[in-house]
Amino acid sequence: MAYIKKSPWIIHYDGSSCNGCDIEVLACLMPKYDIERFGAVNMGNPKHADIFLITGQINSQNREVVKTIYDQIGDPKVVVAIGACAIGGGVFRDCYNTLGGVDKVIPVDLYVPGCAAKPEAIIDGVVQAVGLLEEKKKRGVVTHKEGTGDETRKLPPVPDLNLEQE
Amino acid sequence: MTSLWLIIGYVVLAPLIGGIISGLDRIITARMQGRYGPPVRQAFFDVFKLFEKQNLTVNRFHGYYLVCFLIFIIFSGILFFGGSDLLMVVFAFTVADIFLVLAAYSTNSPYCSIGAERELLQMLAAEPMLLLTAVGFYMVFGSFHVSVIYRAALGGKLPILYLPGVFLGLTYVLTIKFRKSPFDLSTSHHAHQELIKGLTTEFAGPSLALIEIAHWYETVLLLGMVYLFFAFVPIIGVIITLFIYFVEILIDNTNARIKWQLMLESAWLATLVLGGLNLLALYLFAMISKGG
Amino acid sequence: MFWIFFLILFPLIPALLLLVFKNPGAIKWIVLVSCAVICSAAIIMTVNYLQTGPGKQQVLYFPISSPMVDYLVGIGDIILALVFLFVCRRLPFKKLWIPLLVILQYAPVIYYDLSGRVPETTQYIFLDNLSIIMALIIGIVGSLITVYTIGYMRHYHEEHPEIPDRSNKFIATIFLFFFAMYGIIFSNSITWIYFFWEITTLCSFIMIGYSRTEEAVHNAYRALWMLLLGGLAYACAIIYLSSSCGTIELNTMLGMNQALVMAPILLICFAGMNKAAQFPFSKWLLGAMVAPTPSSALLHSSTMVKAGVYICIRCAPAVRNTLGGDIVALIGGITFLAASAIGISRRDGKQVLAYSTIGNLGLIILCAGIGTPLTLWAAVMLIIFHAVAKALLFLGVGTIEQQTGSRDIEEMHGLITKMPRMTLIMLIGIAGMFLAPFGMLIAKWAVLEALAKEGSIFPVIVIFGGSMMLFFWAKWMGQLVAVIRPEPRKEEGIGIEWLGLWPLAILTVLICAFYWVVGIYAVEPLFGTDPLLSLINIWMVLVMIVMMLMLPLGFLIHWKHLVHVEPYLCGANVKDPHMFMGALGKGRYWWFNNYYLNKYFNEKKVTFLTNTITTVLLVIMLFRWCLG
Repeated sequence: MAYIKKSPWIIHYDGSSCNGCDIEVLACLMPKYDIERFGAVNMGNPKHADIFLITGQINSQNREVVKTIYDQIGDPKVVVAIGACAIGGGVFRDCYNTLGGVDKVIPVDLYVPGCAAKPEAIIDGVVQAVGLLEEKKKRGVVTHKEGTGDETRKLPPVPDLNLEQE
Repeated sequence: MTSLWLIIGYVVLAPLIGGIISGLDRIITARMQGRYGPPVRQAFFDVFKLFEKQNLTVNRFHGYYLVCFLIFIIFSGILFFGGSDLLMVVFAFTVADIFLVLAAYSTNSPYCSIGAERELLQMLAAEPMLLLTAVGFYMVFGSFHVSVIYRAALGGKLPILYLPGVFLGLTYVLTIKFRKSPFDLSTSHHAHQELIKGLTTEFAGPSLALIEIAHWYETVLLLGMVYLFFAFVPIIGVIITLFIYFVEILIDNTNARIKWQLMLESAWLATLVLGGLNLLALYLFAMISKGG
Repeated sequence: MFWIFFLILFPLIPALLLLVFKNPGAIKWIVLVSCAVICSAAIIMTVNYLQTGPGKQQVLYFPISSPMVDYLVGIGDIILALVFLFVCRRLPFKKLWIPLLVILQYAPVIYYDLSGRVPETTQYIFLDNLSIIMALIIGIVGSLITVYTIGYMRHYHEEHPEIPDRSNKFIATIFLFFFAMYGIIFSNSITWIYFFWEITTLCSFIMIGYSRTEEAVHNAYRALWMLLLGGLAYACAIIYLSSSCGTIELNTMLGMNQALVMAPILLICFAGMNKAAQFPFSKWLLGAMVAPTPSSALLHSSTMVKAGVYICIRCAPAVRNTLGGDIVALIGGITFLAASAIGISRRDGKQVLAYSTIGNLGLIILCAGIGTPLTLWAAVMLIIFHAVAKALLFLGVGTIEQQTGSRDIEEMHGLITKMPRMTLIMLIGIAGMFLAPFGMLIAKWAVLEALAKEGSIFPVIVIFGGSMMLFFWAKWMGQLVAVIRPEPRKEEGIGIEWLGLWPLAILTVLICAFYWVVGIYAVEPLFGTDPLLSLINIWMVLVMIVMMLMLPLGFLIHWKHLVHVEPYLCGANVKDPHMFMGALGKGRYWWFNNYYLNKYFNEKKVTFLTNTITTVLLVIMLFRWCLG
């Protein structure tokens, strides 16, 4: 039995949108919707999380941050893009600094539409994500290579932004 | 023989009891907040899930400190339920905590390190009262051995009557030891805080599961200490112990996190005033009765 | 008998040889051979003495019939007084009270000696378990430190070319120290102890001033006058004993009516506390840090301060259950509390070590002042464990300072990456100082048990002091074990130093595992009690030791299924794990320092407060019993 569906821990990240979707995500954690009933907890730390809820579009500033956070979530994991901006850039898609939706930088598993997305839709997204987690666990989908923790230390985990931007 | 059964019982049952207490804790907390809350078994689901996850590490060392943390927590519990020296129980407990702190330091991550530092502060605040409790028991029962104290308590010498101040002081620092608000400085069971997850930020998957399990053992050990005050009638003892834990949950939900300065000052003040005065009274009482 | 005289006199041979030979090869061999000899002599003597089996040893007294030895010591006193005056010759006018202190104590003693007012002594030398333990500590720990010194001094002079190389004299002073220490622990005659006592003062003066920088000279003179104050108290005790009690034998004095000898015993305790750097005399030991590190290791662990606590433990049975003894205990307790508190606010590695020494000595004095068999048992155990672990730590910090150029604890961040073997040694040392089941904790456990029996305020003092020690040791450990990005190793420069470091590290662990052997054979017969020697306790400690030893083994296992990720930095990671992405798109360094809690444990404030309290206590003590 996969326990992962009984205890999906969540991390949420807001790109650069109007914040409306992010507020809705937090609303799900409020007493009214109470997603802890399903064992879901908002963690605020990618290393403890299973489900990555991301709102807002990707711009050149947060591109690497989103990648890093995605990298720091242990497998199995699911990415849920919430709201129009996260799906395709939304109203900001033509901005000079906007790269587009979340799937431009990391693989997205589920899209929750809406502007802003409704809490019910978000909960539905999370519930589907939980199913996906179980499936990924069964299929053994991994993005990280396992080792002894030593040899990987030499690999650069993230691109050297320092050089790129100067 | 009984002590052997108690030890085995502790090693096997403590995670079970600790997990259920943790699950109840979450339900009660949810109800206090007007929510429904997760099922009682949620704590177990969490831990089993963590074992299913990948073991993310910052370096290959810190996971091992956590293993030591768990081993020493279990060991101190074995000492306690085996009826051994109460001082040694506290010392072993301290060693375990030191390993947790070292694991956090070892990651060399800013959040973890600050969490570790605060954990040390919490130890600095709580340690005197724990040791003072042991000394208090000694002054009443003439022995540090839990087995002797327990037998004497069953025999009708009520620890709580002699050590009310010590008991209150211990309850005060229990909040620190359980890492509950307002003293959840180093890490917290609640979501977002200013230090992400503090001490446990860098531990993921099975490593985090080890910490959770260690917390269960820890909880049972600390509640065992509370129980010792009321050991004269087991049923009453258990009820009061659970009530104390309920009070901790209530405090947790009605208080905001405070600064470490206030924690240190208040905990030491509680130790000196509640614990110290209690011991002083015992000392004077002994002097008078010796003189008379 | 032979071995006692051998141990006292033999160190003079290398000391003299070292004054003659200056080339490094010669120094090295002289030191290695003599250290081996001293070490084995101490062990042979112990084996000889303990052959009789546990609990059967008698205190052995050795009378000396020839009056020559008394003359020798008398002449020695005169020479010593002249040497003290000689080192004070260039002092400015306003510091002329330092030579005055010398005259004040030596004039009456020498006068009494020459005029024959000092009572006859028949038993000059004696041997019992406490002497044996001290002899072993001095012989083994001291020798290891001396061996280490050879390598250290070579590096030291490479680093400081401006200081003239007089390392042969430095090491000769160490051997002179051994001579004096063996003299103190084997003498039964109080005038003899006084003679050796002042030699240790002189030796530490020479060592502290070794580099002859302004600071070193200043600190050396401060140590001199502070220690001379203790000598003065000692001289007063001799005069008092000669004129009022009619004996200057240690054992006779301790056997006399408590009320009669209270004054001289408290004076001797005063001298002991002074030598053990209790508040308000802590300054001299802190100032002694300017000297090359081996001298700190020596002063803090096996010699000097241990002479102070040794004499207090000797006098302890006579002050049991007296107000005077309680005051001594209180001064020790306050010192323990204050030194542990100040230790939190210090970031200089050697200062932390120094404060922890002062604190632990305070604990020993506390035990001595209470003086029940249980507390004395704990006190002797504390001496043993502290000597080994503290020597190890000082040598460790000295080596780290030489290799990395800093002894700041913050700079030791991530030492495990740069110097893994040194880190292991430091971890053993630190664990030996505060962590269960290592030595100091076994002793502290015994102290708490003993004090809880007494039922007074002292357990509270020990508990709070112990908790504060826990804090500063643990945060130091934390800095050491942090795994930072790969850096070049820095251990290649360490040579003969390993010969001192590893045996001490192994000794630290072994002594803990076999504390019960020490307890049964050496300490128990002394006080007739064995608080922590019940089988269950021994097992508990052994199990914990085994668990602790598993720790380094576990690191050898390469776990599978680990996934390496960088630390969480809110996603703002860059390639270098010590940097994060700043707001301007540039990598910026992040770092953190430990907490030092200066608000609560400020050195100046705490020192002032403690000095005031302890001075008042000392004055009360002296007026009440010694002048009244």
